[in-house]
Amino acid sequence: MITVTDLTKRYARHTAVDHISFEVHKGQIVGFLGPNGAGKTTTMRMLTCFLPPTSGTATVAGFDVLEQSFEVKKRIGYLPETPPLYPEMRTVEYLQFVGSLKGLAKAELAKRVDYVCDRCAIVDVKDKLLGKLSKGYRQRVGLAQAIIHNPDVLILDEPTSGLDPKQINDTRELIKSLAGDHTIILSTHILPEVEQTCEQVIIINKGKLVATDSVSNLQNRARGAESLLVEIGARNGLVDPAKVQTRLELVPGVSRVVLKNKRENRSVFEVESRKGLVRGDLARSIVEAGWDLNELRPAAVSLEEVFLQLTGNVAAAPAEEAAVTAGVK
Amino acid sequence: MRNVWVILRKELRSYFVSPVAYILLALFAVIFGFFFWNILGFFVFRGMESQMRGQMMPMNINEDVIRPLLSNVSVIGLFLIPMITMRLFAEEKRTGTIELLATSPVSDVEVILGKWLSAVILYASMLLLTAVNFLFLFKYGHPDWKPLLIGYLGLLLQAGALLAIGTFISTLTKNQIIAGAVTFAVCLLLWILEWVSGYETATWARVAAYMSVITHFESFSKGLLDFKDAIFYVTLIFFGLFLTARSMESLRWRS
Repeated sequence: MITVTDLTKRYARHTAVDHISFEVHKGQIVGFLGPNGAGKTTTMRMLTCFLPPTSGTATVAGFDVLEQSFEVKKRIGYLPETPPLYPEMRTVEYLQFVGSLKGLAKAELAKRVDYVCDRCAIVDVKDKLLGKLSKGYRQRVGLAQAIIHNPDVLILDEPTSGLDPKQINDTRELIKSLAGDHTIILSTHILPEVEQTCEQVIIINKGKLVATDSVSNLQNRARGAESLLVEIGARNGLVDPAKVQTRLELVPGVSRVVLKNKRENRSVFEVESRKGLVRGDLARSIVEAGWDLNELRPAAVSLEEVFLQLTGNVAAAPAEEAAVTAGVK
Repeated sequence: MRNVWVILRKELRSYFVSPVAYILLALFAVIFGFFFWNILGFFVFRGMESQMRGQMMPMNINEDVIRPLLSNVSVIGLFLIPMITMRLFAEEKRTGTIELLATSPVSDVEVILGKWLSAVILYASMLLLTAVNFLFLFKYGHPDWKPLLIGYLGLLLQAGALLAIGTFISTLTKNQIIAGAVTFAVCLLLWILEWVSGYETATWARVAAYMSVITHFESFSKGLLDFKDAIFYVTLIFFGLFLTARSMESLRWRS
């Protein structure tokens, strides 16, 4: 649906976007991730034909953003970082204006306005002045505006910035529910957002593409080694953690065993190993020792770690700790 | 063309939803009314004077009332035009709604025409309101209506040209005050350029005087439709709108 090849935007003094290439398939939700000033907004502005690229090409639905911008504009819905609202207009008036701007015929327009109001839960503020709406509603009207002409592609620039936690949740749910009909690119610098809403991640930093992959692959890629969580229980008496540790460390391939959590008759260990199939050996070893293997699962690595590793942030250590514990629970 | 209409309607709505349009209409009506009352008063005074002296002086309502009135109105226009155009683009740039327009399937030319036409329509409605005053002239006198109509056409053309320039200046900044102030300065300059012809006859002075919007209003105020003057205004309109289009294009390459 979207193909970006060597896209570059250069300003007089710096390069905002530097030879970025990626592809987005139909119906996907893609998270565009990067710290502030990484070039997310600039890239999105080039995709929406707001800014012309310095070099490279981008096509949306098969149309070039520079050569066939008119066709591209018909097929995208765009929500900039601040929703483009006219404070003196009422919600319905505004949606009608945007709809006719996007080329909807009169009969269809009324239907679409009703539909998007319903979809984005803004029916209650239909007749209110946009200038008087709360931040959450403004954002939703912004989204309604972006989908009014049922575009193939939705481009959302930080759709949850400045909202309170409940509004963030609602907005994410709304975006997810839109995914079936539209191909969505959303930018964010909040990592959990990508984990929760997106299937695919594109990470950029300082204008350069750092990684592009599915969320789960990226999590796997984060470490060269695999990390497993093992919960061991015993029916009679206690399991001595030290004993377990020494025994598990003998399993070939295991590099480190750490006790994570200890309760009366079950303990959770994190087992780090080289990538490979150690799970079988691990399970056998536990059972042969007479313990119960309650659980054996890969420890989820949070995207935060991936992100920090990929963007080479030095201050990774404390964040990593927090992220791992978050992943365990 | 449909898009021009969409933009035009939106602009007119924002003029008439906010107090902007009403304040401008009221200001214009009051100032126009004062000029009308003043000039008519002088006309009546002169009429009485000539009667008292017992000698009939040649008096013509078109020459002595309508003509000076229209000349004065064209000057009031210079002051109000910046207030009409200053928000057209500056406001969209400030609030970020320009991104909506720029990423919608409408061309720059359609946006510019829609905005400029809405400004022209607002100015035309201001002029229309002043027609009330002339009803009295027609009730109690017998002015010729053709010169009056041509005078109004001249006012509209002159305003169209200045509005086009104001629209261009509005694309240059995010700040409405700056847009308004610069537009006012430019309008004023285009007006007083004519003064140099009072003492200087060199070529540069003739060119400067020719550039003045007042010079070309002379014929319209007399009720003459001079195509040279009409073409001057039309050219200025095209020039202003052309600059606006270039400025909008460069906006993308700059920001």
